Amino acid sequence: MAVTRNADAVAPVRSSGPLSIWVTRHVSTALGSLGRLARQPFASFMIILVIAVTLALPAAINVVVKNARSVSGSWDNAFDFSVFLKQEISVDDGAALGRLIGQRADVDKVDFISADDALAEFKKQSGFGDALSQLPGNPLPHTLVVRPGAGNTSESLTLLQEEIGNLPEIDHVQVDTEWVQRFHAILDIVRQAIGIGAGLLGVAIVVIIGNTIRLDIENRRDEIEVTKLIGASNAFVRRPFLWTGLWYGLLGGLMALALVHYGLYLLEGPVARLSGLYQSNIVVASLGLEESAAIVGLGIFLGLLGSWLTTARHMRRIEPR
Amino acid sequence: MIRIENVTKRYPGGQEALSGLDLSVDTGEMVFVTGHSGAGKSTLLRLIALIERPTAGQVIVDSQNTRRVKRRKIPAYRRQIGMVFQDHKLLYDRTVFDNVALPLIIAGVNHRDAGRRVRAALDQVSLLHKEKQRPETLSAGEQQRVGIARAIVTRPKLLIADEPTGNLDPDLSLEVMRIFRRFNEVGVTLLIASHDISLIDRLGCRRIALEDGRLQQESDPWQ
Repeated sequence: MAVTRNADAVAPVRSSGPLSIWVTRHVSTALGSLGRLARQPFASFMIILVIAVTLALPAAINVVVKNARSVSGSWDNAFDFSVFLKQEISVDDGAALGRLIGQRADVDKVDFISADDALAEFKKQSGFGDALSQLPGNPLPHTLVVRPGAGNTSESLTLLQEEIGNLPEIDHVQVDTEWVQRFHAILDIVRQAIGIGAGLLGVAIVVIIGNTIRLDIENRRDEIEVTKLIGASNAFVRRPFLWTGLWYGLLGGLMALALVHYGLYLLEGPVARLSGLYQSNIVVASLGLEESAAIVGLGIFLGLLGSWLTTARHMRRIEPR
Repeated sequence: MIRIENVTKRYPGGQEALSGLDLSVDTGEMVFVTGHSGAGKSTLLRLIALIERPTAGQVIVDSQNTRRVKRRKIPAYRRQIGMVFQDHKLLYDRTVFDNVALPLIIAGVNHRDAGRRVRAALDQVSLLHKEKQRPETLSAGEQQRVGIARAIVTRPKLLIADEPTGNLDPDLSLEVMRIFRRFNEVGVTLLIASHDISLIDRLGCRRIALEDGRLQQESDPWQ
């Protein structure tokens, strides 16, 4: 009757195989822990809600940033920019330069607008036709409207604009997309801030779950003592609390998903209206499968971590007296 | 089965619960430890259950020196011993069946075997018909019998009991002792702390009397 190596198999008790014991124990412990949560539905719901909100907040902001990025990103690289040639450049030279630039790999196409065409267009659109006719000459330069290729990044775009601007024939490159780049820089900062904030919120979740489990352990102190007294190991008494933490994390993660989806659903109408105003087709990107899995997985991880740390601290201290 | 060699247990503060105690219990014996409260009965049982460790001396249980049982191995060690307590130490949020099944679940016995053995244990204490009830709906005597069923469900070779009849009236006490007697008849070694001397005398078992942590007197009706 010596203490056997296998802590589970004690003569004369005949035990089942280690794997099936492991599975059966975990299944019954998991269900037991879930049942415990269900017996206090309000308290459990509150904790799950706190976890859900804490997880949903960074997830939601992340979705908004992602959407803002994809919308502005489509503007960024497709934006045409205007290149004004020096006054002394002739129509033929200007058109040739336009064709040359149009051959670059990072340029989709170049439209050449001669000074005369530009003036005619301006007369037509501005309504100042008569006044402009009084001018002694045409004050407008020839213009190239450059449409960059779709494969450009914001860096290669800046490079393209600089290279064109440095050509001797060019007077000035007018870029209307600088605000988009600034906007992107801001989005990057927001994204960084979410990262930091999410880290802090993750710590908060670990603390919340840890504290909840600590109270649970205190409430069940007698039970833990009795169970240890009749031969339960630390691992055995710890298991239900780990499962409780896991359930909190899992349910919190799922509820966070629901919150984010509900928020996006609420945004759908306004976004459709905005999209209509801009005559564009903005579709709100939701959480992908991977992101959803990441949120739930993070919830589970944080739940387990919180309960793990707490039980590690408290289980050893509770010994039969 | 149990050998206590020159065991001293001193608590912080200098109070000595046991002082150089020597005694032994053979396999298959049923032995009572008597004495006033504070004589060291509970301490002796706590040392055997490894709830505490001696300040000096050896406690040897079933050829295992408890000094060598590491902290991590204590649960496995305790699973070899059945324990009965004065206050039953049942879990009041689960049924009688689940209470008795707990040691088997801890040991990892599969469900079907566990069910059979729990019912066998409950049958031995005549509580089979109450398996679905919660402990608080039972009388003190019945609760103690649930505690006994839980102690013997793993079929330990050694059973220790600390004042198992302390809260029971004489009739129920006798009934509990008869149950213990039956286990003894099938080979279980029992060490029972009790101060109910008249009851012990009726059972005719060996008696070890402690006083101030020392052996005061040993009496064996067979010698």
